[in-house]
Amino acid sequence: MPEAPALELVCPAGSLPALRAAVDNGADAVYLGLRDGLNARNFPGLNFTLEDVHRGIEYAHGRGVRVFVALNVYPQPSRWPAATAAVDAAAAAGADAVILADPGLLAYAAERHPQLDRHLSVQASASNWRALEFYRQRFGVRRAVLPRVLSLAQVRRIIERVKLEIEVFGFGSLCIMVEGRCALSAHVTGESPNTHGVCSPAHAVRWQELPQGREVRLSGVLIDAFAPGEPAGYPTLCKGRFEVLGTRMHALEEPTSLSVLEVLPQLLAAGVSALKVEGRQRSPAYVAQVTRALRLALDSARRDQARYRAPSASAAALDRLAEGHTHTLGAYSRPWH
Amino acid sequence: MKLAVGPLLYFWPRPQVFAFYRALACQPVDCVYLGEVVCSKRRALHWREWAAIARELTAAGKEVIVSTLALIEAESQLAVLTRIAQGPVTLEANDMAAVQLADGRPFVIGPHLNVYNGRTLRLLADLGARRWVAPLELDSAAVAGVLADRPEPLEAEVFAYGRMPLAFSARCFSARARRRNKDNCGFVCGEDQDGLTLFTRERQPLFALNGIQVQSAGVCNLLGSITALRAAGVQVLRLSPHSEAAVPFSQVIAAFAAAIRGDDAAQCPPHALPGGECCGLAGTAGR
Repeated sequence: MPEAPALELVCPAGSLPALRAAVDNGADAVYLGLRDGLNARNFPGLNFTLEDVHRGIEYAHGRGVRVFVALNVYPQPSRWPAATAAVDAAAAAGADAVILADPGLLAYAAERHPQLDRHLSVQASASNWRALEFYRQRFGVRRAVLPRVLSLAQVRRIIERVKLEIEVFGFGSLCIMVEGRCALSAHVTGESPNTHGVCSPAHAVRWQELPQGREVRLSGVLIDAFAPGEPAGYPTLCKGRFEVLGTRMHALEEPTSLSVLEVLPQLLAAGVSALKVEGRQRSPAYVAQVTRALRLALDSARRDQARYRAPSASAAALDRLAEGHTHTLGAYSRPWH
Repeated sequence: MKLAVGPLLYFWPRPQVFAFYRALACQPVDCVYLGEVVCSKRRALHWREWAAIARELTAAGKEVIVSTLALIEAESQLAVLTRIAQGPVTLEANDMAAVQLADGRPFVIGPHLNVYNGRTLRLLADLGARRWVAPLELDSAAVAGVLADRPEPLEAEVFAYGRMPLAFSARCFSARARRRNKDNCGFVCGEDQDGLTLFTRERQPLFALNGIQVQSAGVCNLLGSITALRAAGVQVLRLSPHSEAAVPFSQVIAAFAAAIRGDDAAQCPPHALPGGECCGLAGTAGR
């Protein structure tokens, strides 16, 4: 089983080709979900069969790359047997860790598979050291993924206080709400990350071409309208244009991606253990490019933290792939709040 | 079945807060949740003033519970939580930090802790939980499922009236709507006594912005679902405070109290907020 490096680059895999793309382009670890609706990217045509999990683990381990299985939903009683079976399957397949959010499922995994590392999913909303300590003490969690609501200074202070590996988001779509505590999608579509492993699901999306441009709706609710030629993004609820106080605006957030490229040395200095790339729903080509760009930047930052500047090749590649071709430091930067 | 008044989710002026709780003392509610859930910057009342309100309500025969912040990021917020937890109060835990601090003493599982199955519910009951406020994403059938092998004597409570909490962020949306950020907010959320309604581009009221919290624009009203809720094993109904400008809240309480007694004709007074009424969260804003 491969060892974790000092700062692990953790890349998404929604399919076997995406997993190979991540492994071949410099990921230290990949994370994937099973095709059973029990993870937070429960999209049609996405995710792994058990057979693919075995093949993926064989491919990754053969190249020194670790594999984590995300089971980060909150199973309701009817799904409980499937959820525990998925934990068992991940353990049997030789996964290096399971990524869990549900306290009951964490307890199950700790009891049944004590040797299998448990990572606390971002969906557990653990945003302070006492909450993190709760999960460590109760369930022997080894690593936690922090919600995208913390400033760099807050991340640093948490790492000083906890006896856990800390993983943070490095690149990809930006959840602006505390993960695990957002029901915007549930309110509009009836499906959310907590209940169905989806946000603003594709089946609820309707595009309409009109003389004045394009409209996009989610379960009938108008999320945005675009003038002819105006770039139009996916209608995630928190990136819509709405009216507040008589003004039309991106009232919650603009369409943009999170990127930590420019603060990698600060993250290294803070003692972050792993950098997560969002995007199990993305193509193998996307995964390959993002992985390559971040690998280059991370290696550069580790060689010389003091004189690090984001490699221009990495910056250009990531901006091309970013939502709205623009990026933000999100909550890492205080003025964003 | 008992009636509870949930924590005040908005930032009201001091006199309005005092008047609201003074009036509650003589209204037919069994339980009152006090304290700040949304934003740690809001400090309209000193903690001694909250303690005085708690004493008055207790003297009036109400069960008083102190709700805690849903999003805890800063050391200063943990320090406040620790001080509250050390006092002689029952906590409503809205973050696992509060469960950790309750340290075996009785507490209430707030609606922002994710309890979606019996295993998690039992686990928290073993740690001292004596009441579970169900996440708003669960309807009465799903609540019944989680309660199938309820750890006695744990009570179940559901959010039954008010604009529904949907999400929390690091960002303050009340400030953003006025081109400010959180560190420079000027407490503008105080201008919106029941949240700031967000409309779609075709004027459908969709959400309400309340500081770092996003709520539904529509008001949840489960008055007509009391029979189903009772059958699901729910023993406590939560009414979330709204201003007098939005709805005569004492009449909402009276209507729910009458419905619990079996008065089939009981009805809530109409409210003045954009967004109408709905019967819970799931998919109700879509068509």
